[in-house]
Amino acid sequence: MKKDIINVSRREFFITSGKVGTGFTLGLYLSGCSDDSAKTSRVVSDVTKVQVASIPKVPEVNAWVMIHTDDSVIIRIARSEMGQGTLTGLAQLVAEELECDWSKVTTEYPTPGQNIVRDNVWGSFATGGSQGIRGSHLYVRKGGAVARHMLIEAAAEKWGVPMTECKAAKSVITHVPSGRTTHYGEVAKAAADLFPPEQIELKDPKDWKLIGQSVKRLDTDDKLNGKQIYGADLTLPGMLNACIKACPVFGGKLKSFDASKVNSMPGVRKVVAVNDVAVAVVADTWWQAKTALDTLPIIWDEGSNVNVTSASIDTMLDEGLTSKDKVFVGNKNGDVNSALKGATKVVEATYRYPYQNHATMEPMNATALWTENKCEVWCPTQNGTAALHAAADAAGLPVEKCDVYKLLLGGGFGRRGAQDYVTQAVSIAKQLPGTPVKLLWTREEDMAQGRYHPITKCKMVGGIDEKGNLTGLHVRISGQSILAGFNRTRNDADMITFQGMLPEGDHEISYSFPNLLVEHAMRNPPVPPGFWRGVNINQNAIYMESFIDELAHASGQDPLAFRRKLMAKHPKNLAVLNAVAEKASWGKPADKGVYRGLAVCNTFASYVAACAEVSVNEKGELKIHRIIAATDPGYAVNPQQIEAQVEGSFVFGLSALLYGECTIKGGAVEQSNFHDYPSMLINEMPKVEVIVMPSGGFWGGIGEPTIAVAAPAVLNAIFAATGKRIRQFPLKGTDLRAG
Amino acid sequence: MTKLKINGKLVEVDVDSSTPLLWVLREQLGLTGTKYSCGIGLCGSCTVHINGEAVRSCLVPVASLDTSKNVTTIEALSSDNSHPVQQAWKELDVPQCGYCQPGMIMSAAALLNTNADPTDADIDSNVTNICRCGTFNRVRRGIHLAVDIAKRGRS
Repeated sequence: MKKDIINVSRREFFITSGKVGTGFTLGLYLSGCSDDSAKTSRVVSDVTKVQVASIPKVPEVNAWVMIHTDDSVIIRIARSEMGQGTLTGLAQLVAEELECDWSKVTTEYPTPGQNIVRDNVWGSFATGGSQGIRGSHLYVRKGGAVARHMLIEAAAEKWGVPMTECKAAKSVITHVPSGRTTHYGEVAKAAADLFPPEQIELKDPKDWKLIGQSVKRLDTDDKLNGKQIYGADLTLPGMLNACIKACPVFGGKLKSFDASKVNSMPGVRKVVAVNDVAVAVVADTWWQAKTALDTLPIIWDEGSNVNVTSASIDTMLDEGLTSKDKVFVGNKNGDVNSALKGATKVVEATYRYPYQNHATMEPMNATALWTENKCEVWCPTQNGTAALHAAADAAGLPVEKCDVYKLLLGGGFGRRGAQDYVTQAVSIAKQLPGTPVKLLWTREEDMAQGRYHPITKCKMVGGIDEKGNLTGLHVRISGQSILAGFNRTRNDADMITFQGMLPEGDHEISYSFPNLLVEHAMRNPPVPPGFWRGVNINQNAIYMESFIDELAHASGQDPLAFRRKLMAKHPKNLAVLNAVAEKASWGKPADKGVYRGLAVCNTFASYVAACAEVSVNEKGELKIHRIIAATDPGYAVNPQQIEAQVEGSFVFGLSALLYGECTIKGGAVEQSNFHDYPSMLINEMPKVEVIVMPSGGFWGGIGEPTIAVAAPAVLNAIFAATGKRIRQFPLKGTDLRAG
Repeated sequence: MTKLKINGKLVEVDVDSSTPLLWVLREQLGLTGTKYSCGIGLCGSCTVHINGEAVRSCLVPVASLDTSKNVTTIEALSSDNSHPVQQAWKELDVPQCGYCQPGMIMSAAALLNTNADPTDADIDSNVTNICRCGTFNRVRRGIHLAVDIAKRGRS
């Protein structure tokens, strides 16, 4: 494996060595959970035992690494931790090159404001698209390697020996000829004053000691005892609490509200309009704010979308299945029309995938403190930089006078890539200058104001010749573009719509078809779309992998053999497919009443496959017994966390398959909580056996790719069990009884 | 004033009698380990113990409580993460985002209070908390491991 050699820019040196933010605090005030807090409390401001994180005087070797005299290491992480384990994985990357003692590593978030001051030294804060590790591995490893170099150089200078005679391991530097040793904590301060090397060599992957190890997560302890402070838990001195309701009809506005009806209710401090679309009650406690908001008379100007329904959206999408208007091509080779005309057998099917909500366990929230000169926001966000800009815009202040302090997310799944709740919190806080205000959404608001997984339909047409070969495939997707949701005037193709069906890149199609046409008729209902774990691969993998299964059966072929014939030019895809087929003993009967289904996919630069085993009883009740999953992410930084992500992605994807649908009536989402937007529970969880098979040489995603294959593998297994091909989702309400 | 017994201590709170226990814990007592997520008793994020039994605190009006009802929150499950469920969770790296885990842990601990060695079916019917990260298989393994840890502790 070739080693990566990286130039270290002088500009970066001068900025990092300027010590602008040496040991800066996160500025977090943590609410007290001390033993005696229960004795004396009456109202929130009395119980709050605030403490300001002390500003440590710790030498910052460079922007990524700070080292105490006791060798404890603080590694800075720019991406957001939302459960996916990126905090631990990224720290492993830095620590691998740093050669520090892993048992003494902790992490901290730099702020997006500091990132601007320091000329983007930490790179992207955006956390989405399974980019955490694959998008930053190079520069974070470089950060660790540069710091190691400087530490060794400092030791060598102290000893007056050439640094080439020194080496480092587990935070100990050894002068090899003399056997002298020192440790990182003793030389960190001197190292911080050195120039970084002009070039740095990264380790050959075969020499990795920490990358590839299933080390435990760094963020578990406080998640076991209630000490972990999420955004919803934050308490600041003098803080008030806000509960909000925005117009439930998309595009609607706030017309009026009658604050006099709630002003005298307990704890109510103020009722405020929020950007013409929402109203918030600000009170001493959140429960008081919510109680008052529930009784507040509100009149909405519902606007032009009030007649939009799921049926009207379906009509819009149906038109797109055959239209020539606003149709974009995502992948094309050969002449599919001629191929289909000349086919012995033509198979056609139309699928539909509904709107989904993210339903993070922690509802949207943000805490803001606004004054004329400064705006600070504490929030869970998947994009600190975007949150900072949203805060500055809402505050009416330049970004230099604002900052965002990130907290761990109680779930993200893409929802917290949008910063609407930050805008709202700042808009509310601006109406109470000098008073921190925590905005927390109700679950009902979270269901009504999502950034929904877009709705699409897909018409698939395949041609088969007399020998059973697939001669052509026409894919016509009709439905919503996420990117067009961000920019309503967008007039060009949204290539994200074609995930898993593209001719090349991170979302390349897994098969070679002699004639292929993949199109998207962009049809954009007025429901705000967003990135939802896996994004468009959720439905595209269902469409492709279900229909491949349909074609296999239509041509009388085994679904595995049929796929393999089309995958000769896709060896990595084939390897993961073969791995699950082999482990499942594909071709040999499963247990009595148990049937298997396959799916394979390439998405977010990783190769994934699954074999599901299901049974359907005489009542039509589905049981998913086991899913064998394989993933080739190139490099596997922490295999046990990859396994956790595979299992977790299956719960997210299968919850949508089984239950998830947001329906539209009167221009608003009809579902309001987990009773009508259910999520899988432990009793429905299949066994999951994960094959992590990194083939090296590339960096693929982890959090999202495997979500692609769970649903289609289950659907294909249901077909094997019942002969029923399900093309409308979710499955709830579908009669699965055989025959 | 309502008198309560929270984590073994007597406290008085001055709130509207309809206020759910969840919000008394979070906003009056600063015990934010008990989480709000659905508010209608479906997700289990707000699970606490009342006299040792798992209860969803978002549905418990504070007026229904008195000092005979001993409320235990996640903060008092142990003083040092030493409860067998906490030890097992740590060993298996169960939490992902972690937001639902205080409720999940309290549900698991309550199950073990009444059933020292639950079967998978017992777990299915008693641990009905929602976890959107999808930690269920590790939760199940964690409960079985907690049984082993508890047995080791007794022997």
